[in-house]
Amino acid sequence: MKKKTELIWVIGITIALVASFLIALGVGRYSIPIKDCVKVLLGMKVDDPNVKTVLFKIRLPRSILAIIAGAGLAVAGAAFQSMFSNPLATPDTLGVATGASFGATLGIMLRLPSLGIQGTAFAMGLISVGLVYMISRVKGESSLVMLILSGMVISSLFEALVSLIKYVADPQDVLPEITYWLMGSLSGTSFKKLWIGTIPMLIGIIILFCLRWKLNVLSLNDDEARAMGINLKLMRGLTIVSSTMITGSVIAMCGKVGWIGILIPHISRMMFGNNNKYVIPASIGLGATYLLLIDTVARSATAAELPISILTAIIGAPVFIILLRRTGGVKT
Amino acid sequence: MIFEVKDASFGYKKGPDILKNLSFSVNEGEILSILGSNGVGKTTLLKCTLGFLPWRTGCTYINGKPWHEWKNQEIWKKIGYVPQAKRSAFSYTTEEMVLLGRNAHLGILAQPTKKDYRFAEECLDMVGMSRLRGKLCNEISGGELQMVLIARALATDPELLILDEPESNLDFKNQLIVISTIHKLCRERGISSIVNTHYPEHALAISDKALILNRDGSNSFGNANKVISEENLCRAFDVAVRIRDFMIEEKKHVCVLPIDVLSRDINEQVTVVEGRNRFRERRRTALHSRK
Repeated sequence: MKKKTELIWVIGITIALVASFLIALGVGRYSIPIKDCVKVLLGMKVDDPNVKTVLFKIRLPRSILAIIAGAGLAVAGAAFQSMFSNPLATPDTLGVATGASFGATLGIMLRLPSLGIQGTAFAMGLISVGLVYMISRVKGESSLVMLILSGMVISSLFEALVSLIKYVADPQDVLPEITYWLMGSLSGTSFKKLWIGTIPMLIGIIILFCLRWKLNVLSLNDDEARAMGINLKLMRGLTIVSSTMITGSVIAMCGKVGWIGILIPHISRMMFGNNNKYVIPASIGLGATYLLLIDTVARSATAAELPISILTAIIGAPVFIILLRRTGGVKT
Repeated sequence: MIFEVKDASFGYKKGPDILKNLSFSVNEGEILSILGSNGVGKTTLLKCTLGFLPWRTGCTYINGKPWHEWKNQEIWKKIGYVPQAKRSAFSYTTEEMVLLGRNAHLGILAQPTKKDYRFAEECLDMVGMSRLRGKLCNEISGGELQMVLIARALATDPELLILDEPESNLDFKNQLIVISTIHKLCRERGISSIVNTHYPEHALAISDKALILNRDGSNSFGNANKVISEENLCRAFDVAVRIRDFMIEEKKHVCVLPIDVLSRDINEQVTVVEGRNRFRERRRTALHSRK
């Protein structure tokens, strides 16, 4: 990859992120001109007093959550793919997402506080990825097929457990809550919620960002990676825990938001090649932009809010297919 | 660096010893070739030597200090491992691939610096592959990939290179290039090497010492010229062999010619044979009891 084209992409992604952030703040039921948004953000006075309330109480926390969650899901996907050296490994395919959503539904049913829901989601996510990892490993390597198969098995196991919880949940209040939450939504985010919920995501993102070059070494097979002098157990552990922490936390806060973990890292790979030194930062930028835009559409396209997971799939699938066809597949 | 393995043996789980009574040493700048038939445990031997599999008895020593007393990262600053060339799911450019060899010199959170990049490029030059710069590892030929992997091992700045069948799956010319590159590196830079190979001729051409693994678990180790003899090859491979010297343009070449196969059975992996015998026996007893 040439230095110049790289720079253009970096600038492009940054501009896209900033632009979509401003759009996200301005667009909605109560539309605010972008000029006013910038003014309020810079601490200047605006004529309409409602603008400040709408921005700080509703749109700003929600947009920040979208940025962090989108970036987190994309990075978690990219990290899993490198670690398992498997282009199909994502929080969704590895069963982390279903595991975490089981944990979160359990938390909701038990009426745990939001920190508790985060904890159960993380724990169950960790258990599911641990199970998939153990099942898929044959002679020190996990093959592409084994990984996907065991991911499917564990996924459907936790899916069944989620259904079980839905079945026994109180249909008056708990069941609808679980059902809507499972479809994914960023609504009702306040700054207070934001601080509790996004800290695990941020920690995970920072760890993976720092490890980004090491992820290249991790993507080699066991013996090769070890011969590069890497502490395999520690690195694998850090990667799995960080990615699972991000996924669990996103799921606990916004429900099941699929597709980002596979779509965004692959777009990044098509732009920058497979070097994680570039894939990870690109995934952060693109993931944030993507979820921000999706959320903006979700809350302003129709009178009632659309669930995010529906949109990520409807937009994600065709975009992914077009990209795959046009670039002749992933650079392998 | 002095690299030694003393009184080592290895076997999988509860199975019998596959490798036993192994002792060998490599001094600075020396090349050791390991020969043996398919499935006799050459790759297993390398894996044990490198600590990927645990020795049942005995130990690997570096400069007289046992393996487990060294810090992991310290070992891998001294040893460069070149695996058999395989394509991976994610393909990096050749420089990115070579750069991975710098890992042992970098801390957990460290990123490679400009210096590391330059060193990686030098390593690519060293193996004569600077024309591959910017190409993807999955788009170059097998021979080129093998050279890139050698460059990656060199990027560790090692005192010892360990190569697992570096010239397998390559054509004539590429075999020669790989072998002579290893030879040159050892002579010019004083790097020692341990090379697994299927070709006695290559072993004779470049190595100082040789280790031949036999199918009965025994082995012979010593100076290459002495150990690689008609008699020893015959025992190890079940093949009648003649070794002849040729003088071509004032230069001595050694030719190893297999003339006849002594036993017609295709060599099976030692452990597989054991398992199958047990299976046959069990089937036999089962049949008997049914009668």
